[in-house]
Amino acid sequence: MAAPPRAESLALLERLVAALEAKGIVTEAEIADRQANTDKASPETGARMVAKAWTDPAYRALLLSDGKAAAEMMGVSMAGAPPLGVLEDTATRHHLVVCTLCSCYPRALLGYPPNWYKSFAYRSRAVREPRAVLAEWGTMLPDSVEIRVVDSTADFRWMVLPMRPAGTEGWDEARLASIVTRDALVGVALPKA
Amino acid sequence: MPDDHTPAIHDLGGLPRFHCTPVEHDEVPPDAFGKKVDALRQVLAQKKLMTVDELRRGIESIPEGEYFALGYYERWLRSIATLMVEKGHVAKEVLE
Amino acid sequence: MNASPRFAAGATVRVKDDWPERRGPCHIRTPHYIRGRTGKVVRPLGAFPNPEDLAFARPAPERHLYHVLFEQPPIWNEGRPGDTVMVEVFEHWLEEA
Repeated sequence: MAAPPRAESLALLERLVAALEAKGIVTEAEIADRQANTDKASPETGARMVAKAWTDPAYRALLLSDGKAAAEMMGVSMAGAPPLGVLEDTATRHHLVVCTLCSCYPRALLGYPPNWYKSFAYRSRAVREPRAVLAEWGTMLPDSVEIRVVDSTADFRWMVLPMRPAGTEGWDEARLASIVTRDALVGVALPKA
Repeated sequence: MPDDHTPAIHDLGGLPRFHCTPVEHDEVPPDAFGKKVDALRQVLAQKKLMTVDELRRGIESIPEGEYFALGYYERWLRSIATLMVEKGHVAKEVLE
Repeated sequence: MNASPRFAAGATVRVKDDWPERRGPCHIRTPHYIRGRTGKVVRPLGAFPNPEDLAFARPAPERHLYHVLFEQPPIWNEGRPGDTVMVEVFEHWLEEA
């Protein structure tokens, strides 16, 4: 588990915010507002987008060609957010997203990145031994499936569109969305009926 | 890897030093400190006082010993504070 | 950025074997493991201000960005043939191969 911040870091944050506030650059209220806004994002948004793409071919096409527009259609404000790319899994290709250089993550749709996504182990290993990393999530893929690791290095943020699992025929969007986990949207897990 | 090709501190892809380190499935959400640093960065970016690229440059210039010892949002804070001093928005004393 | 992208989908490209971090302070978004490697352009992703300039608050002209696909085994000397890694790479890091 991540260690709690040390006392000098807590003190530095306090001094920095006080100094910025004294200069009229930021206010505590602005920071609190921003935080409240950030807290609202959750993987449920990404899950709803996937569920809709599974049931609505026109939406699927939009999602794959313009992820940002597809997110806006679900009521998410993407103003100022980086472009969203969506990676389509097939019977022969599975995508896994990592950011080896920092921690780029589609935050507008999935919320804060989890600690494991930001960990040195995930960042170094996902790109080199993806099958071993997937196995740690219990995700085993046959050799016939290409694993395509996507290293999120620049201006896009990437989300996986997993395959709809068998056994979900006739399910409505809400029920489909309930099986699309954050892990599936990053590519470390698969949705299960 | 030859010496002159040693990757920079943050350039972690495929590094052997983490080869046998299992990924800890840590699901603890950011604490109050982390969330506040995160929000502060967004506010400063919105006000065009810093870019995410500058944040990253600042993180990448943290000396190796500290880079691996500090927590994620502690590295962010270090970078933000250094940038605000560098740009003349706050006095250097804030870092001390 | 007016010029159209130099490389089209399907083009074979080589990532420059350049190590600016050895020459002094810099910020680059090209991970070490693809430098000098040959890959295939999946598609151009649009043009974006150069992060190498943004990181130092310099004027940042736009550069074309590409999704480039690499085979994993030649990079690591391990892994399953057919597994790949796809990376966003800016045009000034790419040359014809």
